[in-house]
Amino acid sequence: MKKRVVAVLTAAVMAFSMAACNSGSAGSTTGGSTGGSTGGSTGGSESAAPAASSGELIKVGIINNDPNESGYRTANDKDLQNMFTTANGYDAKFAYSLKNDEQIQAAQGFITDEVDYLLLSAADTAGWDGVLKDAQAAGVKVTLFDRTIDADPSLYEASIVSDMAKEGQTAVDWLAGQGLSEYNVIHIQGVMGSAAQQGRSGALDAKVAAESNWTIVQQQTAEWNAEKAQQIVQSVIDSNTPFNVIYAENDDMAKGAVAALDSAGISHGVGKDVIVMGFDCNKWALEELLNQNWNYDGQCNPFQASYIDNIIKTLESGGTLDKKTIIMDEKGFDAATITQEDVDNYGI
Amino acid sequence: MKIDIKKLLSNQLLIPITALVILCLVNLVNDASFFTIKLAPNNEGYNVFSGPLITILDYGSELAILAIGMTLVTAASGGQDISVGATIAIAGSAMLRVLCGGVSKPEALAAPIIVGFLVACIVGMLCGVFNGLLVSIFRIQPMIATLILFTAGRSIAAWINNNELPIVPDPKFKYFGGFIPGIPIPTTTFIAIACIVVAALLLKFTNLGLYTQAVGINESSSRLNGINPTFIKFLSFVILGLCVAVAALIKVSRLATINYSVIAKDIEMDAILAVALGGNALSGGKFNMWGSILGAYIIQFLTTTLYKFQVDAAALPAYKAVVVIILVVFSSPVVREKLSALSSKKKAAAKGVA
Amino acid sequence: MEENRVLEMRGIEKSFPGVRALRGVDFSLNKGEIHALMGENGAGKSTLIKVLTGVYTKDGGRISMQGAEDIHINSPQDAQNAGISTVYQEITLCPNLTVAENMYIGRGKSRITKWKKMNEDADKILRSLDIPASASQQLASCSIAVQQMVAIARAVDMDCKVLILDEPTSSLDEQEVEKLFKLMRDLKSKGVGIIFVTHFLDQVYEVCDRITVLRDGGLVGEYAIADLPRVELVAKMLGKEMDDLSDIKGANAAYCGEDADDIVLEAEGLQSDAGIKPFNFHIKKGEVNGFTGLLGSGRSECVRAIFGADRILQGSVKMHKKEVKIKKPLDAMKNGIAYLPEDRKIDGIIGELSVRDNIILALQVLTGFFKPFSKAKAQAFAEEYIKKLNIKTASADTPIASLSGGNQQKVILARWLLMHPEYLILDEPTRGIDVGTKVDIQKLVLELASQGMSVTFISSETDEMIRTCSRLVVMRDRKIVGELSGDEVNQGRIMETIAGGEAKK
Repeated sequence: MKKRVVAVLTAAVMAFSMAACNSGSAGSTTGGSTGGSTGGSTGGSESAAPAASSGELIKVGIINNDPNESGYRTANDKDLQNMFTTANGYDAKFAYSLKNDEQIQAAQGFITDEVDYLLLSAADTAGWDGVLKDAQAAGVKVTLFDRTIDADPSLYEASIVSDMAKEGQTAVDWLAGQGLSEYNVIHIQGVMGSAAQQGRSGALDAKVAAESNWTIVQQQTAEWNAEKAQQIVQSVIDSNTPFNVIYAENDDMAKGAVAALDSAGISHGVGKDVIVMGFDCNKWALEELLNQNWNYDGQCNPFQASYIDNIIKTLESGGTLDKKTIIMDEKGFDAATITQEDVDNYGI
Repeated sequence: MKIDIKKLLSNQLLIPITALVILCLVNLVNDASFFTIKLAPNNEGYNVFSGPLITILDYGSELAILAIGMTLVTAASGGQDISVGATIAIAGSAMLRVLCGGVSKPEALAAPIIVGFLVACIVGMLCGVFNGLLVSIFRIQPMIATLILFTAGRSIAAWINNNELPIVPDPKFKYFGGFIPGIPIPTTTFIAIACIVVAALLLKFTNLGLYTQAVGINESSSRLNGINPTFIKFLSFVILGLCVAVAALIKVSRLATINYSVIAKDIEMDAILAVALGGNALSGGKFNMWGSILGAYIIQFLTTTLYKFQVDAAALPAYKAVVVIILVVFSSPVVREKLSALSSKKKAAAKGVA
Repeated sequence: MEENRVLEMRGIEKSFPGVRALRGVDFSLNKGEIHALMGENGAGKSTLIKVLTGVYTKDGGRISMQGAEDIHINSPQDAQNAGISTVYQEITLCPNLTVAENMYIGRGKSRITKWKKMNEDADKILRSLDIPASASQQLASCSIAVQQMVAIARAVDMDCKVLILDEPTSSLDEQEVEKLFKLMRDLKSKGVGIIFVTHFLDQVYEVCDRITVLRDGGLVGEYAIADLPRVELVAKMLGKEMDDLSDIKGANAAYCGEDADDIVLEAEGLQSDAGIKPFNFHIKKGEVNGFTGLLGSGRSECVRAIFGADRILQGSVKMHKKEVKIKKPLDAMKNGIAYLPEDRKIDGIIGELSVRDNIILALQVLTGFFKPFSKAKAQAFAEEYIKKLNIKTASADTPIASLSGGNQQKVILARWLLMHPEYLILDEPTRGIDVGTKVDIQKLVLELASQGMSVTFISSETDEMIRTCSRLVVMRDRKIVGELSGDEVNQGRIMETIAGGEAKK
């Protein structure tokens, strides 16, 4: 009897919380999507309209990683969802997986469905030759976005990627431009071996090796995890080693680092003791910049939809692409110059 | 007072205590300032203690809380719950959902913090109910049963908040993972102490310990003695669920937000390791709660020490693995027997000389 | 006769640490004969079988086949090569493979690779033995009996001269047993010598030609089936000679309070899912009764049903004429019923826990989850019973697993006595413990009864039951076949009732 009462109660609470979920979500999704789409797709939607009026929809199959993977991926998916709509002249199908073999299966499905374009953000770099040859044989044009693969470039039309090394270089150049007499850096790395970690670490490592007044106080991986970053910074504070820069390879880890600074009473931000740098341009991170709590945030542009749209347009109109690999524009934001508009446009 | 070496050697707590002493010695030799504790103002202007020892107390807390539940699950079911990290994400997400009302940047709390916490408790316990049912009623091996939430948990957590990352606006929410103004000791320490006291009272004033051990050692026999093994196993998972909710409160409070894919990542392995370090058999049966709790703080001690030594990032897991291998090998019954045989031999030899 | 002999074992010796399991046992088997190997549990049947199949190496004695020279069997492979095959009680085949694969697995060198031939060969054998299975069928899809037959077919195909069937019928129903017997007779006519180990007397008299009886590791004798009536067989298995312990029943006065006729427990049409037929049972205050019957006759299952240890399918239980619901052990305990289980290791002790925790367990559970005993109280309980039952242990803190069997049993007994039950069920309390402790336990039972406790006492040793019980329920083939009381409780009547069939003849 007692068990039953508990069960009913818990079920009721669950139901209540679900209801709360639904009532609240509508507002936030729309808010998020407008924020996401302004970045790249506004221009595209206008230019796509004529295609829709001609009545012939372009069939696209989009294979992406799971949007739950990260904030980056969520923004990326929203951007694509907003671009490839019937209103813009597209008949788009989406498939999500973090597993390469499932993605390949999905690709095969799309080819069977006779899509015109296959858009692919591969989970793994290897194993795509076979399915891409099938696509080529079936006349399906392939465009890679966000991630490259190990396959013959003739198998795809274009690849739209971020250059992580460039992101790192932009950030390090910015830091060098701050003109400190000494750079004592706490370097918090992402998951070792990931493309983002390698690119963003590489620029800093090179600079430290080259300059005599640049020192790395602590270099440690926090595996993209805020709490681990907090602990790492805490350990440096506990050991009384002086430092004046925190170079965190994503926003979460920068946030963790700042939490450690706060509890130790160390000031940070514009004109304060410690310079805080992050990456990915999460909206909340850009707001920290706006509030002068952090100093720099490097963009990792998730808004590839407009680029892809342009490519498809060019190909449909019979044009050719001038280059295969398209590197996206990526900004670095400085707390001294960031505006509310930047936050709204580039925050993910 | 005569110290019986054999009795000391057979003590379950010998290994964790030895490990603790060695870690202390290493740090003492390396840099004695490891043990200094400073009192300095934080950015909110309140004086707080800081230093490596405080860091260990602070960050070891959630692991100690989880170790309590994990010990019971291990003892009763003879297996481990590997979904702990994922269920922390779920419970934490549910808490944020209630506190922020589904808005990613709310102006004010949508519900009092206590309501958010209670919902997290209920959600954590529901996860425990799910795992517990699979293990106790359907008799699925614990690791397999909890693999389900281990795999799906983080997606569920993201789904609860529509994949938004809400930030709790109330600075009070940060107290749980930080400091309460005016109190210089990390709040997590108090939360851990409270949990440990509750666990101790539970073991003292109920038969939970006796029943759990009996079920873990001999289920069939326990049943014939009137114990309901199914319920005891189930209960252990629900208690772990509650521990998970408390750990989720601390984790989410530390940064007032959540990252579904990395929050409490791999914490289940640390919790299981804490149980093993405490000298408890992972095959279930007899347990010592104090051993597990001590084990949890030793793991944190080790982590902090490794950071202190600035071990190369790529090599960090290897160092941890080596230390773990040494600890686990030394706490294995085979080595213990050898050690105790060695000591009795020595004793005999000493007697012979005398 | 001699040229007919397929197997000859002479003076087989085998010892284990502390036990002489076989002492100079002789055994012989003829061609085309079904030979029953009989004996109570622990008589040495399975040790003899294991020596013959190479699982154990014999310490002494000779084994020869077909009158040839002595052979040495040091491994199961040796036994197979010599033409000795065994089919065990538990199916030892692989249920996920096909019938043919099971028949040929782990045998020839090249045969297994020729699938088609293998299946054809297997089908041929199955047909010739009239086994209703096809070679390509998955074994798991066959009934247990057919699986058993496939195991036999596998054995037969390996050119076996001696086939050992170790309790093959215990998991079969009557029709399946009939099929198996038909197969056995077929093989017999083909000249195979079959050793049949079973505890079902009826089956022995149905198919066997000769019987060899073992007791306590020694040979009792070898008999032609016609020369040995059932009663004598039972007598030989149990051992007639009474040991010279005094009749302790007389030493304790029976309970004679004014409520002596009060029926403490009465079960009607009780049946559990452990495979016993519904039964009626009652016990009076201060009475000691027993369930007897051969091993596997269902006596343990009956008391387990009373205690609620197995799932109850039907029937009602009254205590003191009031209906009670006993669905699980805790219900029985709440009604003052205690049960010392048959298998101490599996169902009794909580190995790693201390003697103290093991003693207080039942009473603690009965007292309640939220009312744990204080350490001092638990210690006092433990010490009281350690003293009372003379349990030899270093301290109350010692893990029970490190005690000897007899002392472990006393701890379990203490556990139930501490509960002060109204009705105490002891299932084989004296198994595997030394003689001194056995007598202690028997005396204790009578003493408890004289104080008004009702006791059910089950033992494989009939003389123990005769000494302690005033009433015996006799079971055969999972149902109650008789009840003996007063002067009827004697060896002769017990064996007669157990044997059953004899009385009808």
